[in-house]
Amino acid sequence: MHELGVVFHIADSVVKIAQDNGASRVRRVTVQIGEVSTVIPDYLIDVWKWNCKRTPMLEDCELLWEPIHAITYCENCGKTYDTVPQGKICPHCGSDRTYLQQGNELEIKEIAVE
Amino acid sequence: MDPYRVIEVKQSVFADNDKDADALRREMKGQGTFLVNLMSSPGSGKTTTLTKLLKALPRDIRVGVMEADIDSDVDAGTIAATGTRVIQLHTGGMCHLDADMTRQGVRQLGTEGLDLVILENVGNLVCPAEFDTGAALNMMILSVPEGHDKPLKYPLVFQVCNAMIINKIDVLPYFDFDMEKVAEYARMRNPDIRIFPISAKTGEGVQALADWLAEQIRNWKQK
Repeated sequence: MHELGVVFHIADSVVKIAQDNGASRVRRVTVQIGEVSTVIPDYLIDVWKWNCKRTPMLEDCELLWEPIHAITYCENCGKTYDTVPQGKICPHCGSDRTYLQQGNELEIKEIAVE
Repeated sequence: MDPYRVIEVKQSVFADNDKDADALRREMKGQGTFLVNLMSSPGSGKTTTLTKLLKALPRDIRVGVMEADIDSDVDAGTIAATGTRVIQLHTGGMCHLDADMTRQGVRQLGTEGLDLVILENVGNLVCPAEFDTGAALNMMILSVPEGHDKPLKYPLVFQVCNAMIINKIDVLPYFDFDMEKVAEYARMRNPDIRIFPISAKTGEGVQALADWLAEQIRNWKQK
């Protein structure tokens, strides 16, 4: 939903990392997006393309993304389950004492520069 | 073979913002100004609640307000009418404020002589919750017409908030809003969340909220 703000943060970080590494141009950025991070990859890529046109170091820079599977852990029965189809309530024991183990990440994995 | 040099980053997109937010929290602590981030959906009564809250706070607490919106300055006008120092921030299309925008706002407002600054975030239950503004305390307003199921639908905002204000309780008889259920759902996400049922229109419950907030500021100053 807030892809615009997210893109600005990715672009700022990437430009800074590239400059710190003596690079003049970023050609590719790989991000990892958790299934329940609320970021929609297609929107993110659209906004990314728009932002690259107005950022000299990021001209024609490609944005690749990899999904991170969402897994919830149940404190009551000690089992884990897939978050997306089940949500907050544990399908094994019905408890709501559960927390997300992974899947809300939004990370810059690597960048390719020249 | 990759024609480019690959740099491994492995860093959260929010890492820079989180660092910036922590820095702003330290700066505000140094200045002795307590920053509150107030979030809610549009139309929940943030500005009306604020005008009532400003009157109910102890007189020795000097308050400034930052109104964040995508556009317009109607909210800042309403707050200015109460005699409080206020600025309007425009996010230029963005659905939230981040720590850097908050810092710019704080500088523009000027914290000198202020014990409390309240940031009225953009009306939205999703995005503002993702971005740490650097506030010492997060509060959110849920109004009765929005329904008691919102903690299930927008879990993050309930998770990051220290307090949930349930506004518009004067219209409870006309809605199927379940006070027990909303508390149960919110505590599923955040067992420590404080809940304040109020009516910004009639003033009911506002004093309890003001007293609690004043206590939070006092405790924070002593830390």
